[in-house]
Amino acid sequence: MPHERSATDIGRPPFTSYQLDTAYDEMFTPLGHVREHYRALYERLNELNLAQLMQRQRYADAAFLNQGITFTVYGEDSSTERIFPYDLLPRIITAGEWAPVERGLAQRITALNHFLHDIYHEGKIFKDGVIPRDLVLTCQHYRREMRNVSVPRDTYITVVGTDLVRVPDGSFAVLEDNLRVPSGVSYMLTNRAVMKRAFPRLFANIGVRPIDHYGKTLLTTLRGLAPPHRPEPTIVLLTPGVFNSAYFEHTFLARQMGIELVEGRDLLCHDNIVYMRTTAGLRRVDVIYRRVDDDFIDPLAFRPDSILGVPGLLNAYRSGNVALANAVGTGVADDKAVYAYVPAIIRYYLGEEPVLQNVETYLCDKADDRAYVLEHLDELVVKAVGESGGYGMLIGPHSTREQRETFRSLILDNPRNYIAQPTLSLSRAPCFIDEQVEPRHIDLRPYVLNGEQVTIVPGGLTRVALRRGSLVVNSSQGGGSKDTWVLFE
Amino acid sequence: MLSRVADSLYWMSRYLERAEHTARLIAVGLDLMLDQTPQSTGIRWERLLASLHAYPPPSGSGDAYAIARMLTFEMSNDASIASCIASARENARQVREQISSEMWEQLNRLYLKVKGSSIDAIWHGDPLEFYQEVKEGAHLFQGITDATMTHGEGWQFIQVGRHLERAGGTAALVDQHFRPFLEAPADAPLALDYIDWVGLLKCCTAFEAYCKVYTADIKPESVAEFLLLNADGPRSVRFAADRIQRSMQAISQATGTRSAGRAERLAGRLRASLDYGQVDEIIAENMHTYLENIQRQCAAIHGAIYQAYVSYSVDTALTS
Repeated sequence: MPHERSATDIGRPPFTSYQLDTAYDEMFTPLGHVREHYRALYERLNELNLAQLMQRQRYADAAFLNQGITFTVYGEDSSTERIFPYDLLPRIITAGEWAPVERGLAQRITALNHFLHDIYHEGKIFKDGVIPRDLVLTCQHYRREMRNVSVPRDTYITVVGTDLVRVPDGSFAVLEDNLRVPSGVSYMLTNRAVMKRAFPRLFANIGVRPIDHYGKTLLTTLRGLAPPHRPEPTIVLLTPGVFNSAYFEHTFLARQMGIELVEGRDLLCHDNIVYMRTTAGLRRVDVIYRRVDDDFIDPLAFRPDSILGVPGLLNAYRSGNVALANAVGTGVADDKAVYAYVPAIIRYYLGEEPVLQNVETYLCDKADDRAYVLEHLDELVVKAVGESGGYGMLIGPHSTREQRETFRSLILDNPRNYIAQPTLSLSRAPCFIDEQVEPRHIDLRPYVLNGEQVTIVPGGLTRVALRRGSLVVNSSQGGGSKDTWVLFE
Repeated sequence: MLSRVADSLYWMSRYLERAEHTARLIAVGLDLMLDQTPQSTGIRWERLLASLHAYPPPSGSGDAYAIARMLTFEMSNDASIASCIASARENARQVREQISSEMWEQLNRLYLKVKGSSIDAIWHGDPLEFYQEVKEGAHLFQGITDATMTHGEGWQFIQVGRHLERAGGTAALVDQHFRPFLEAPADAPLALDYIDWVGLLKCCTAFEAYCKVYTADIKPESVAEFLLLNADGPRSVRFAADRIQRSMQAISQATGTRSAGRAERLAGRLRASLDYGQVDEIIAENMHTYLENIQRQCAAIHGAIYQAYVSYSVDTALTS
């Protein structure tokens, strides 16, 4: 029987309280009709009653808790473990929407890798006047220890989690590049496993591209970094330890890849070779997928008070006896002032136009931009260039007069440290909240692996700002996540 | 396998064995209270405390409530059941990726169960049921471990931890029961109640098994023989020594023979001495010294394992 199209598709349960606004809605057109690729989900939700939906949500919550997929909330006497809030309704992306994202991310990573090689070697991009030398050398994450160091296969960036947002015209834009130790990929994989149990029939009907090969692809990519004379390389994952909030992810990935999960105290350096301490004696380590920040990996080279690292690791690395993924010093490209130059970086190294747009960015270091920012503090989002995770930010439209005055003096004191962007209207997707379906703002973090070629697992982690009206998707600030489905053609 | 991982698996197992042992001792102690004279109360609890290397609470060794609280829930007491289970879980958490999910979930459930309880809740309810749940929780964990984890090197470290703890625990327990009995002057022999010997056997879940071998005719020599030298009773010292040696051999094979000689030799010697032990000789010579010696040997095996597999010096490892 053909579907009888009502005036709008909103208004039928469980969508009775669903309201559209100016943000791009992933499921409905501005006129309130369900988008074609969401129709199967829409029909399924119409069929299910509330009790059935609640039962699936409970099943999902229990699955996360029992598997120990939790993060620790600090500051309480006996630290409590909570599950990362999970929304039951998948976010769906068509093959047509995905193709440019994939192309754009590959292009961006390739260009940024050239950029990192260049700034730690000849610095041609400075001489050609594309980006000021001072801007790069003053980055908080610039590591002069990496000057003229050759890294294996010239690969600086192996693992990336780029944050994308969908803007009101429906296109994707890059919000930030995370080139240091991006996390969240375990949530992407476990979300999918749980969804398969919650909506098995829908999967079969709709044609969702699989993502399960992430672990294997990551392993292959890491193996590619091993020194050529080490045909059977030992690869390890270096974690800060059980107290790190992403520890679950570290154990999960180590298990998926079948490699050892090590802490700094398991490793030692001798004659610039890295060993791990095993029950069968010392064993040489060739590749380290490190989930420890630059600052903490080697107390002899960086922070001397770090107990998470391995003394002598940087020298072993510079001698070419061990590979690190990602390389030391990649944080330069995370700097929000450098971010503003990425389109120029792409044009410079690749001679191509960027496929994915940047969000318009004002550099407070530039006099014109600064004047504009100071005049429009109540409209803009101001960010410190070296921060992440939603810290060190002013969200103009939601700010108080005092907060704006504080940021005005902060900017004037240290203009290099601040950038500003227009307040973005993130797209919204339906979420199952308090027994009904309501729209919430979302972003998207696809995971990119850069080895012999660039591999992007279709989809990524869709993060959700679960508080009504909130634009902050970070898990530390009331964010959750949902499964992301990229469809076959 | 990483040395740190072996270390955590070993201690996870030891702590859990310790918690189970303590739970069984308290349960038997509470049960014996129902059949006692006022004089025997303090003596029995004192014996129990001594066999756990614990001191009486300030209110004295007649205060069963205070003793149970101290040995069960007191977090400042490292040897309390709650502390041991928390430590076992913390060690498991450190090697979450090395154990099966089922093992982790079971240990977590046991931890939450104990954490969610309190001395007053169990004391005014049914304390025996609580200790029963702790014992069952530990048994379930062992069963799950055997059923879901690869019986490789890590599993062997779990076995070593459990049986070293068990051998030491049983030796200390037997020692405390026999000491007053054997040290009493010949002209005024101390008569331990029948019920005390049954209690000792029950502390090792060995009463029924004992009866099958020796009938319900309880003789101290037979009790000692059963708990120390029986080859098949899972809580006898000899059984534990046998498992320790087997696991040490498996570990040394898995890691390739290196400096493991000392640990293997010590484990083999302990086992051989029990294999060929004679209970009449043990009692005639000096049982207390003998049992202390067994505990010392367990400590030496522990030290040798650490030297061979965990905290070896880097210099020797590089040159070998």
